[in-house]
Amino acid sequence: MKPEILLGDEAVALGAVHAGLSAGYSYPGTPASEIMEYLIKAAAKSKSFVASWSVNEKVAYEEALGVSFAGKRALVSMKHVGLNVAADPFMNSALTRLSGGLVVVPADDPGMHSSQNEQDSRFYAEFAKVPCFEPSNHQEAYEMTRQAFDVSEKFGLPVMVRLVTRLSHSRSTVQPREPRGQNELRYGARQDWTLLPVNARRRFKGLLEIQADLVRLSEESEFNRLQLNEKDRSLGVIASGLAFNYVQENLAGRESPPSLLKIGTYPLPENLIRRLVEHVETVLVVEEGYPLIERSLRGIFGVPGKAVKGKLSGELPAAGELSPEAVRPALGLKPLEKLGFGGFEPAARPPQLCAGCPHADTFQALNKALAGYPKANVFSDIGCYTLGAYPPHQAVQTCVCMGASVGMAKGGAEAGVHPSVAVIGDSTFGHSGLTPLLEAAAADTDMTVFILDNSTVAMTGGQPSYASGERLLKMIAGLGVAGEHIRVIEPLPKNLEKNTQVIKEEIEHPGLSVIVAVRECLEEAKKRRRSG
Amino acid sequence: MKQDIILAGVGGQGIISIAYVIASAALEEGLEVKQAEVHGMSQRGGAVQSHLRLSRQRIWSDLIPRGEADLIVGVEPLEALRYLDYLRPDGMIIASRVPFVNIRDYPDVEVLLRKIRAAPRHLIIDTEKLAKEAGSSRTQNMVLLGAAAGRLPVKEEALIKFIRALFEHHGEKVVAANLKAFELGKAEAAAADYVPASGRT
Repeated sequence: MKPEILLGDEAVALGAVHAGLSAGYSYPGTPASEIMEYLIKAAAKSKSFVASWSVNEKVAYEEALGVSFAGKRALVSMKHVGLNVAADPFMNSALTRLSGGLVVVPADDPGMHSSQNEQDSRFYAEFAKVPCFEPSNHQEAYEMTRQAFDVSEKFGLPVMVRLVTRLSHSRSTVQPREPRGQNELRYGARQDWTLLPVNARRRFKGLLEIQADLVRLSEESEFNRLQLNEKDRSLGVIASGLAFNYVQENLAGRESPPSLLKIGTYPLPENLIRRLVEHVETVLVVEEGYPLIERSLRGIFGVPGKAVKGKLSGELPAAGELSPEAVRPALGLKPLEKLGFGGFEPAARPPQLCAGCPHADTFQALNKALAGYPKANVFSDIGCYTLGAYPPHQAVQTCVCMGASVGMAKGGAEAGVHPSVAVIGDSTFGHSGLTPLLEAAAADTDMTVFILDNSTVAMTGGQPSYASGERLLKMIAGLGVAGEHIRVIEPLPKNLEKNTQVIKEEIEHPGLSVIVAVRECLEEAKKRRRSG
Repeated sequence: MKQDIILAGVGGQGIISIAYVIASAALEEGLEVKQAEVHGMSQRGGAVQSHLRLSRQRIWSDLIPRGEADLIVGVEPLEALRYLDYLRPDGMIIASRVPFVNIRDYPDVEVLLRKIRAAPRHLIIDTEKLAKEAGSSRTQNMVLLGAAAGRLPVKEEALIKFIRALFEHHGEKVVAANLKAFELGKAEAAAADYVPASGRT
């Protein structure tokens, strides 16, 4: 087969297709979106498997779980924080006996390029006691995804492939191998899928019992490689995933490089680690994300007679993304010579709403309406409209997680915030806004919820939204919001006065109001025109 | 042979297009390629960059180490300077002089250009003028690609082939404008007083 140039995300997607995938599910989120974008294109071409965006990550995981129950192979992908949303099915699926292979691919965002935190998904794999692969390059992303399906079917466990932004969004060459076919329909056994305490206790015991087998699998994996320097025993380096590249970038080609253990699979290959640690005086652990490997080496008492260095000891930065130059000093190397700024500080250029964006008109009207209310608070959510936090609008005061705006506005109102306003996009509302709005409607809380319906998931590149248009309006009414307090506005400059008036009226209403601001995303409108 | 290039600009200025053309041409040359891009939030009018690494040997890191870039191509002067600390002391900056002002504290353009000229090797181009001459102000990225072409370890025909491939679906008029922009950029670089390097071994 011909080599292909792929994003890391795409290499995972292709690996899954070639492993005999029957269905893939996801919710858009940077840096994971391109996995599903690729699968959707490939599915449209081959018409041999299902690939679709889900309403949220929990649903995506459960759909994948249903596919696995039926004996077929499923992939579920999401950005790292999406796994928080899917944590319930993820943790519990480790106690079922999967029938078809299920691979979960969270893409972490160290450095928070497009995220609200930099949590490390490897901890989730450890928490659920399931295997995890951590690719260091595109070929490994492809190979590991294929192998993850085999491991999943061998042990009946979900298997994680952990990506990070720099691999997800970097392009390089992948040499694909012969694809294999899909599984036949084969239902799971009810005693292995019905997690009543009587079954769950037995299944959990089984999960504990196979942990040693999973460690053995890592010991034998071709993705974990130990190279010992027989002459120089001063330093040994353990490096996982992309961190391995940053180490090699600095060491490759050097005479007598330190002993090096590359780690690509979890649970950790304990014997390989023991062999390295016994061989050297100082161990440096380099890993992208939180110090998972370093912490398990250190424990509370450390390694007697050895120095363990890494993020916990301060040799490497504990926050942010690693880079070749961040790793250099820990390896005892001087920084490279470079051109300096000479006191010049380039002004920051944060992202911002596009010129003419409907959200800008909504924020303008909202700011105007709230001008007379110094105690007002606007709770916001995850999407392009979060950019309303920046100048010139500075219209929102919070952004925490998907759907938080509505629940926080209710809590805020109950604590005495007035006016208490929530701002949430149509897709985010479908993802996690329905349930808190149901509660607010039942309590008729004195708050005002804005749903910004631009009919797409704009921030991540225009994926389809389930909670848009007529369906959205019916959903809001169906949740029990009073019809006269469901107001629709069209956010356009010419409607500024009219819209401000509507907002003022609903803020004065001593109960729940929902204002739906309807205007299509400009970028999407452009795309639609271009494609005719 | 190894060449590390930082492509810099603002979301929507066509950074990924430049990267695509160079990377595709490099593959035809049989080079190993790694190309790190920015997707997501920053694409909305924020600072974006692409790390493009071409080599005959194995490339480890997706990111260029600070101090190793041979070339910075900036579609915008402030963005060209933002990654100055990636450049080798003998590296080169090729930058547009046309500012993209969407922030309140955008610096004085003359200060920016002075700063670029302070780099030992630099080329500043009026991409807007040349792009308009080529028939579309949206071809400024291809003007810069043309200006950089002589320094890249790839054949010009290959670059042209992938410019065609990139714009084909927009019609022959768009293809022609982009190719013209490429030629004008190339001529500008040839006229300027600098010595094209052949890349490091």
